Amino acid sequence: MLHALTVILATQLGGEFLTRALALPIPGPVLGMVALTIAFAAFPKLREAMRPVAQGILGHLSLLFVPAGVGVIGNLQALKGMGLGLTLAILVSTALAITAAALTFALVARLTGATDD
Amino acid sequence: MTDVAQIWSYLSQGPLLWLTATLTAYGIGDTCFRAANRAPLVNPVLIAVTLLGALLWLTATPYATYFEGAQFVHFLLGPATVCLALPLADNLPRLRRALLPVLAALVVGSVTAMASALAIARAFGADAGLLAALAPKSATAPVAIGIAEGMGGQPTLTAVLVILTGITGAIIATPLLNFLRLKDWRARGFAVGVASHGIGTARAFQVHPTAGAFAGLGMALNAVLTALLAPLLLRLFLP
Repeated sequence: MLHALTVILATQLGGEFLTRALALPIPGPVLGMVALTIAFAAFPKLREAMRPVAQGILGHLSLLFVPAGVGVIGNLQALKGMGLGLTLAILVSTALAITAAALTFALVARLTGATDD
Repeated sequence: MTDVAQIWSYLSQGPLLWLTATLTAYGIGDTCFRAANRAPLVNPVLIAVTLLGALLWLTATPYATYFEGAQFVHFLLGPATVCLALPLADNLPRLRRALLPVLAALVVGSVTAMASALAIARAFGADAGLLAALAPKSATAPVAIGIAEGMGGQPTLTAVLVILTGITGAIIATPLLNFLRLKDWRARGFAVGVASHGIGTARAFQVHPTAGAFAGLGMALNAVLTALLAPLLLRLFLP
């Protein structure tokens, strides 16, 4: 538990440092995720040692968005009377993006024979 | 005996009360979600946010006071993002096999999300600042805020639009993808991660582990692609 948490925080810290030092357009935690994925692939023992803690944190991923979500309620006036237009923009664009991405994935997977087993 | 009002005024200023309230509200939301057979419309985040919003309003508590307690939960977003390495590493061989579908779906999904949102908002008369805040809304919050600020968008408004996009994606994905009769968990998860970042990814994990892993990948890749494409697309749609 202690070691796994330390590895997770240190990875994030390294990511935050690198993304700032190199002025990369991606956030530190995402960079940390990429680095840890590579480390997990290279060292299966590390992956298994960290599995319980990582699964524990991921088990309630939705919970972590609640504080930011509560912040949205107090800031709805930031929509500046554009509520309808922006709501429609979000609803339609999200539906279109999910549809387009999923259909493209399925189509290209079929064309290239990259089916799942 | 101390007055209840005094105890309240003491507790409502500290982090303990609001941290407990956050976990309790999410617990209620999660119980409702399970009781409703994991129906997408009964979204645990939406329920918890509504309950807490009402509680803060009733008790006239400022968001800053609430966040004193809630920040401990909020902080875990970073470590949780790092932990997505686990499902990614577990699925690495399948991700490698799906390289072409992944890249094609990423570009199509990312461009569709930005271009369609900008076109609709512009039709409603949105100004340049609003469009800048809207363009990166499918990317994960820290990336989206950074991109929007770089283009002249307001950070608070961007955060609102990002969260609303995430909740929208988490709610509509399952019925929409069922309607499209797509059964490939990779395609379903990846599309949700691209369109609605971490909140969509959290939903994908609730549905299927493969969908969750591909959603995490979609979220990460779209964070990078949005940073590259948002300024270009915004220029096309500026009034």
